[in-house]
Amino acid sequence: MDFPILLTILLAPLVASLIIMFIPKDENILIKSIAAVGMFVALALSLYAYFAYNKDIGGLQFVFGHELPWIKDLGVTFFLAVDGISLPMLLLTNLIGFSAIFASWNVNNRPKEFFVLLLMLIAGVMGTFIAHDLFIFLLFYEVVVIPIYVLVIIWGSSKRVTKEYAGMKLTMYLLIGSGFLLVGVIALFVKTAAIAGHPDMSFTGMAMAAQQLGEFDQIWLFALMLFGFGSLISMWPFHSWSPDGYAGAPTAVSMIHAGVLKKIGGYGLIKIAVYMLPLGASFFAPYMAVLGVIGVAYAAMGAMAQKDLKYVVGYSSVSHMGYVILAVACLNVIGINGAVANMFAHGVMAALFFSMIGFIYEKTHTRWIPDMGGLARQTPRLAVGFMLAAMASLGLPGLVSFIPEFTIFIASFEVYGGVAVIGIAGIIITALYVLRAGANTLFGPPRPEYDHLEDIKGPEMVPLVVLGTVLVVGGCLPSLLFDMINSGVVPLHAAISDALQLGGKF
Amino acid sequence: MYVEFALQHAWLVPLLPALAFVAIVFLTRPWKMLSAILAVGSMALSCVIATLAAYGIFTNPEYAEKPLVYATRWFSLGMPGMPALQIDVGVQLDPVSAMMMVMVSFISTFIFLYSIGYMDGEDGFSVFFSYLSLFGASMLLLVISSNLLQMFVAWELVGLCSYLLIGFYTHKISAREAAKKAFVTCRVADFGLLLGILSLQIVFGTLNLTELSERIAHFEEFTTFGILTMIAVLVFIGPIGKSGQFPLHVWLPDAMEGPTPVSALIHAATMVVAGVYLVGRTMFLFHEVESAMQLVAVTGAFTALFAATCALTQREIKKILAYSTVSQLGYMMLALGVGSLTASMFHMWTHAFFKALMFLGAGSVLVALHHKADVWEMGGLVKKMPITAWTFVIGGLAIAGIPPFAGFWSKDEILAATFAEGHYVLFAMAAFTAFLTAFYMWRMIFLAFFGKENPDNHPKESPWTMTVPLLVLAIGAIGAGWLGTPWGNVWAEWIYFGHPHHADPNFIVMGLSVVLAVAGIGLAYSMYLKDTEKVKAKAMAEQYSTAYRVLVNKYYIDELYLWFNHALVDGAAKIFYLFDIYIVDGIVNGIGAFAKVSGEGMRVFQTGRLQNYVLIFFIGVLVVAVLMAFVGPSNAVPVIGGVK
Amino acid sequence: MLTISLTHYVILSALLFSIGLFGVITKRNAVAVLICIEIMLNAVNINLVAFSKYITPIDFTGQIFSLFVITVAAAEVGIGLAIIIAIYRNKLSVNLDDFDLLKW
Repeated sequence: MDFPILLTILLAPLVASLIIMFIPKDENILIKSIAAVGMFVALALSLYAYFAYNKDIGGLQFVFGHELPWIKDLGVTFFLAVDGISLPMLLLTNLIGFSAIFASWNVNNRPKEFFVLLLMLIAGVMGTFIAHDLFIFLLFYEVVVIPIYVLVIIWGSSKRVTKEYAGMKLTMYLLIGSGFLLVGVIALFVKTAAIAGHPDMSFTGMAMAAQQLGEFDQIWLFALMLFGFGSLISMWPFHSWSPDGYAGAPTAVSMIHAGVLKKIGGYGLIKIAVYMLPLGASFFAPYMAVLGVIGVAYAAMGAMAQKDLKYVVGYSSVSHMGYVILAVACLNVIGINGAVANMFAHGVMAALFFSMIGFIYEKTHTRWIPDMGGLARQTPRLAVGFMLAAMASLGLPGLVSFIPEFTIFIASFEVYGGVAVIGIAGIIITALYVLRAGANTLFGPPRPEYDHLEDIKGPEMVPLVVLGTVLVVGGCLPSLLFDMINSGVVPLHAAISDALQLGGKF
Repeated sequence: MYVEFALQHAWLVPLLPALAFVAIVFLTRPWKMLSAILAVGSMALSCVIATLAAYGIFTNPEYAEKPLVYATRWFSLGMPGMPALQIDVGVQLDPVSAMMMVMVSFISTFIFLYSIGYMDGEDGFSVFFSYLSLFGASMLLLVISSNLLQMFVAWELVGLCSYLLIGFYTHKISAREAAKKAFVTCRVADFGLLLGILSLQIVFGTLNLTELSERIAHFEEFTTFGILTMIAVLVFIGPIGKSGQFPLHVWLPDAMEGPTPVSALIHAATMVVAGVYLVGRTMFLFHEVESAMQLVAVTGAFTALFAATCALTQREIKKILAYSTVSQLGYMMLALGVGSLTASMFHMWTHAFFKALMFLGAGSVLVALHHKADVWEMGGLVKKMPITAWTFVIGGLAIAGIPPFAGFWSKDEILAATFAEGHYVLFAMAAFTAFLTAFYMWRMIFLAFFGKENPDNHPKESPWTMTVPLLVLAIGAIGAGWLGTPWGNVWAEWIYFGHPHHADPNFIVMGLSVVLAVAGIGLAYSMYLKDTEKVKAKAMAEQYSTAYRVLVNKYYIDELYLWFNHALVDGAAKIFYLFDIYIVDGIVNGIGAFAKVSGEGMRVFQTGRLQNYVLIFFIGVLVVAVLMAFVGPSNAVPVIGGVK
Repeated sequence: MLTISLTHYVILSALLFSIGLFGVITKRNAVAVLICIEIMLNAVNINLVAFSKYITPIDFTGQIFSLFVITVAAAEVGIGLAIIIAIYRNKLSVNLDDFDLLKW
């Protein structure tokens, strides 16, 4: 058997968190270093996996454990594997996880518990992306929820809403979403097991059997999953947890949540709901498109009205996820490619944004935009990071988010025409609010009360360097990202269009 | 051999400044002079390569018909071999792009050089040069692009650099607002352009310029024409923003908040002509759609006239120049609209020299006067700053259209083309604009450089890094137009759309334009120089006070946009936000509250007494038992001890 | 001749069970409640043994199960009494009405 690279990636943060548990709680630096080392191992390995993945062959690679039965009667195996869609997500998780450790370098309130939970959270998110078994997927998904709750209510911050409210709202939404999802998954499992004649929880096995499901079954199963994944990806109108949740959460959690956790929704939508239930997807596609467009425009307008930096980014991430939903609703090769790529791009960008806002908050003790101004003079590196994220947010070419948005625009404009135009117009509103937030925070006359502020330095630079590099490199060389995603999307799309065999829209 | 190398490696032209940008940002930032030398040197090297490549293009006639294109895949989606979407990046060299490449790199080199003197001692000296380099790289990338999306990328990047450079004085609120305004205004326009590009990709399946031009030429055969018109109009919205055409011109005058070299480089000579260049590049599209061409022509002519009237009453030296830029861009658009790529590009070429010259001259004045910008407070500068003043006068003669200065030949070409195509109304507008141009330009020159000296000012001539570019550009402002005189029109041999056309010199048009220019200068002379107390000018402002106020306030367009932005956009945002927290969130919280309230109701059953629970439990069992005994399913087989 | 059939056992067990239940519900004294629970458990035991004897005479499942019940009942009484004593130490009372801590 080959070196179990996926398992190692998954275990690296878990082992690190286990080691931290046995370290005295006063060893502040040691705790952080171990967390960093754990994430570094995971990041390095996932980078290796990203470049070692054979894109010409495609399909599932680095397969692990598909012969390891977990729950025999339910056909559950500890099946880990990645394809062109999950590998970028895995890499994203590690990039952001690694940066999040350094973005929380200044956490001195119970650092031990904080990093233990944070590492568990990261491992849980990773698990959802590398699981190729629906049961394992759900299991890791639940693993994610609990640390989030604790992290928010202990280390969060109360502004417009209290951190307890934010944590509760976040967790309840995730749980309700996962509840519906669970019902859908169980129903799907029962039906596919009956069709296949033996229980099988692996993605491919279920998808094979699900092909024989009737249209009606597919539609209501898809509805359940759409609700579950939709509330996770903050699809309008199930988005209201997102701004409050991010505002209440500590920096690292905002980064991970906006950066990758949210993407589990989009990932599941593509790799589970659409892949297994193409007829249901094609039934709901127009509604999804409309909801996506509403999400884009509505959240962008919401962001315009915000004065708290975290709320601005919170609403903006809802808006960007609208594009993902719109893109998935196109159900064609370009659209799904764009959806996955946009999730990656938005993840990097949102994480950078939140880490910079975290530093600003740490230093100035405020996130209220009217209380700031002129920070570019006092903290130039912080300003560079902020503007980089802002520019990526408004889809500046040369940064990673432009090409994904462009592909989404092409796909949606082709399929949905006028409806998509409203979504595309979101780029104007985005430019308005992002630039306004950036300008009022960073530019203008410097305020004397911030003269003593220290610019970010040392470990604090890591998020900027890591994520900024990805932003620029991904923007200049989009084929690095797209060749990978495309190798996963093409077979997926071939499978669903075979199932549909409708022509026309597909 | 060098020429061949330059032709095959034209991608070095944008790459060198880009490398300079990276090097300055990451390595040489602490060493100011080194950064500046890096920026200037890389741009100069680019200029050399560009010139060599242009030499190669212009000595080989076949490139005029068939551009030199080499491209590579940027990314592609879909099945390998038959991608659903493929975007290439590459280089397309033909006379138009070669000319533009030389112009941009040449003028940039001198403006970079000038910046060394101008920015001396300012904060962020190195950063400024890194921005300039990035700007040069983006602009050159735009010029040589072989693909519309690649062009759009560069288009947005120049927009970014413009944003950064306008807002370079980050501590100034006005600079910050101007930068934001520039970016957002262009963004609105780019939205249209983006839709146009998307439509082109969807309809024609490619964005490569050469392939597009072939496919569009054969498009008529299988579909109706409405879609092409739509695409052309959408594409044109982009240039409206970037090239400051009415009604999206508002950002350009405000953009003067940036340091003066920036104004010269971006907002006069290079970036703002990107819109014109784009329309010229996609001429194959506009050429097919008569109505779009008319739209371009009318927009151009109207903008030319409109901006000229705005310039009449401005007081700040750079604002006047800004409006004159808008006006001249209108000319270029007009030329494109009447179908003369030759005239448009020619005017772009000459304009770059004399407008850069005048902006740099203005910068020199501003440095000397410690950034006192009001022309009414200047006067008599010619004695203390002879080089600046006389080069400025050359620029003024060129823009007014006095032969044999550069502007005359190109403006005449536009007027002649408009006249020849039979657009008499547009011709009249353009001719009147020529008169206004001469008037307001010379108003400024007379007020600033001649007449009485203002005793409060203590100007002195600028250092050589600033005057040398002025002198070089002055030579350009004199001679750049000689390429395209009606008697030996080298220009039209090379730069054209469709086929080269040799218009015979139209002496009526030529004579008219000279007369108008002289009349404009004469009027300015009589009002602002001869009349030392400016009695007539003041009297006119009194007499037509309403009109004067409208002009001073630039037709209140800024106020209109401001109102739109604040009242409508922000208002709507507020409504959306309130809807979100009260309705959407209200429902969410309502569900939570419902759970809470129903819990409150249910808890009276929780007495805490075990015996109550047992009693209720037993009653429940009893009910189930009774139900099973009497109304239970009849086929329920009792199973006892595993035996039926 | 009157033979003792399964029915009689079931009636006996039902009676015992009802008596026990009545005690559990009505008695105020915790020890009495505990005793009543024992009565109910014994009713179940009678049932188990009787069904085993009459329905599945070959297997001894019922009997064995009743042994389990007896064992569990013994353990339960031990724990129950311990709890009662603990409560008595705290509250100086074994009156069930005094223990409504489980109320909301």
